[in-house]
Amino acid sequence: MTDKWLLAMQDVSVTFDGFRAINNLSLHLKTGEMRAIVGPNGAGKTTMMDIITGKTRPDKGTVTFRGHDLTRMDDPAIARLGIGRKFQKPTVFEALSVWDNLLLSLKGLRSPFSVLFSHITKEEEKRVADLLQLIRLESLSDKPAGGMSHGQKQWLEIGMLLGQDPELLLVDEPVAGMTDAETMATADLLREINKTRSVVVVEHDMDFVRALGVTVTVLHEGSVLAEGDLDTVSADPRVIEVYLGR
Amino acid sequence: MSSRLSTPAKRPFSSAVVMAVAVFLLSVTLAGASLLPENSLFHVSPFVMTLAGKYLAYAMLALSVDLVWGFAGILTLGHAAFFALGGYAMGMYLMREIGTRSAYGNPNLPDFMIFLSWDHLPFYWWGSQHLVWVALLVLAVPAILAGIFGWLAFRSRVSGVYLSIITQALTYALMLAFFQNGLGFGGNNGLTDFKDILGADLHASSTRAVLLIVTGIFLAAALLISRWIVSGRFGNLLLAVRDAESRTRFLGYRPEQIKLVIWVFSAMIAGIGGALYVTQVGIINPSEFSPSNSIESVIWVSVGGRGTLVGSVIGAILVNFGKTVFTTWLPDFWLYSLGAMFILTTLFLPNGIMGLGHHLRKKSEEVTPEIIEPEESEHDR
Ligand SMILES: Nc1ncnc2c1ncn2[C@@H]1O[C@H](COP(=O)(O)OP(=O)(O)OP(=O)(O)O)[C@@H](O)[C@H]1O
Ligand SMILES: [Mg+2]
Repeated sequence: MTDKWLLAMQDVSVTFDGFRAINNLSLHLKTGEMRAIVGPNGAGKTTMMDIITGKTRPDKGTVTFRGHDLTRMDDPAIARLGIGRKFQKPTVFEALSVWDNLLLSLKGLRSPFSVLFSHITKEEEKRVADLLQLIRLESLSDKPAGGMSHGQKQWLEIGMLLGQDPELLLVDEPVAGMTDAETMATADLLREINKTRSVVVVEHDMDFVRALGVTVTVLHEGSVLAEGDLDTVSADPRVIEVYLGR
Repeated sequence: MSSRLSTPAKRPFSSAVVMAVAVFLLSVTLAGASLLPENSLFHVSPFVMTLAGKYLAYAMLALSVDLVWGFAGILTLGHAAFFALGGYAMGMYLMREIGTRSAYGNPNLPDFMIFLSWDHLPFYWWGSQHLVWVALLVLAVPAILAGIFGWLAFRSRVSGVYLSIITQALTYALMLAFFQNGLGFGGNNGLTDFKDILGADLHASSTRAVLLIVTGIFLAAALLISRWIVSGRFGNLLLAVRDAESRTRFLGYRPEQIKLVIWVFSAMIAGIGGALYVTQVGIINPSEFSPSNSIESVIWVSVGGRGTLVGSVIGAILVNFGKTVFTTWLPDFWLYSLGAMFILTTLFLPNGIMGLGHHLRKKSEEVTPEIIEPEESEHDR
């Protein structure tokens, strides 16, 4: 039954020092789907991603991806399985150029010696060039990533996720620190990505979520409060209470 | 159409090639000059030859520290342990070469073992009469110890200060162990009174000349191999692990494996440095394991410039030259000046002497400021 889902989280709970950050959370994602996750600060959105990517182990519940039990795997193994993750605080390799950041992200060489004895192939050059074009950073290709703006780092990190060629992308607050124009461009980029990959995106920016036009899951105190399209969800009195009550 | 055009200028570390050539030429020149007649103006004394050999061996230790600290962010405070282990391995061979010329004249057992009334060599001394076997030990012993230590530490994600402290504990524990007579390495006297290497008199100027050139060649080779390692994709990965380890994990890399590879390689370079050191300095004792030696090697690297390869060599040679001068003329001031040097470079030259060059070049070129600062501050608000 779980096999029809790409990602299935069932009755997952996590406690930090007695505090239930995730409380009986269930979430199911179909192959090819894009899902937006919203919820107030501290709702457990990032913790949910930590669980999926193997950074945090759930106390109870099951998490499966294409039938694989993710709770038994560590983060590099889950990444190799085909789940890419963008951190809430954009994290790129600041000392390296944009080009080198993307090269390191490319799916393939992962063991130390294969990297040590590797040569850059024509195919890799092409993949990096394609990614640069997609994330519109061609002109900064040889600049150190550390010197870029917040928004540019967000895009570079998304580019690095794509370099991994994952089946599922988990994207935590991709438009933080972006201008309105950049925000809309990011929505376009994610919709483009969603043509070939599944996406879970966490975001506070409602204009952005509206622009995505996908099913929205509202998290609150570690569990799902509501789920549906944005208009239905935002008309839900419980959601209004959680958001407006603040 | 070649997208290679947009490939960034890599950090090519071409200075490492220049330094490798310079080190080689320096060792050959000094070696040649040492063979000139004593009354010649250009004659180099055995004292200077020993110092030069010592500096170049220390430069290998510094290079090994820079590989792990500068590139993988592992602040080791115990690397002299690998240096000393390489030294002891070479010392075993040199002891065996003494043969019947020792005070007790036993063809197999070094004097200190006779003194302990041992009647046979402990198993770990087997084969130590062969230089080839000992050369293998020089590489293998530091590598195996580093392998086990690194595997345990990196796998359990020990890093930062904690890692520094346990590296320090490692070298301290080894020092205490090597002080024990029962360990079979000569206790606090260590291994000394060497006579020959491969049948050649260690005190002959020709032997010293060859040893210095060999040291120069090994240092140059270590520089070139290190350069190859850090300038390619693996080098990028090291910096990635250093700066954003979790990002590498979520890309599917296993940082503990990457650190282990550079850590073990670095320990082997330190071991070779220690072996070459012993051939020229003529003694190895447990004080080589003392924690302050490891700390000094970190200071050499920071003075020369961390993460630059060449800087570590420059730092090791300059600081040790300073040490020689100071301890001869003003022995009481050496520790103060070492401390001052460390504080001054940390405060004013965070990239060491190598950074000085960059600094001046940048000033004169008046480069454009890094991209888009304003947006960053906008975000902070
Ligand atoms: N490792 C941890 N140890 C202790 N508490 C934690 C840990 N990680 C998260 N928490 C707590 O769990 C709760 C959920 O945090 P989480 O970061 O998942 O929220 P979020 O929905 O991503 O919020 P935001 O919108 O601010 O990013 C918070 O109260 C947080 O303090
Ligand atoms: Mg969060």
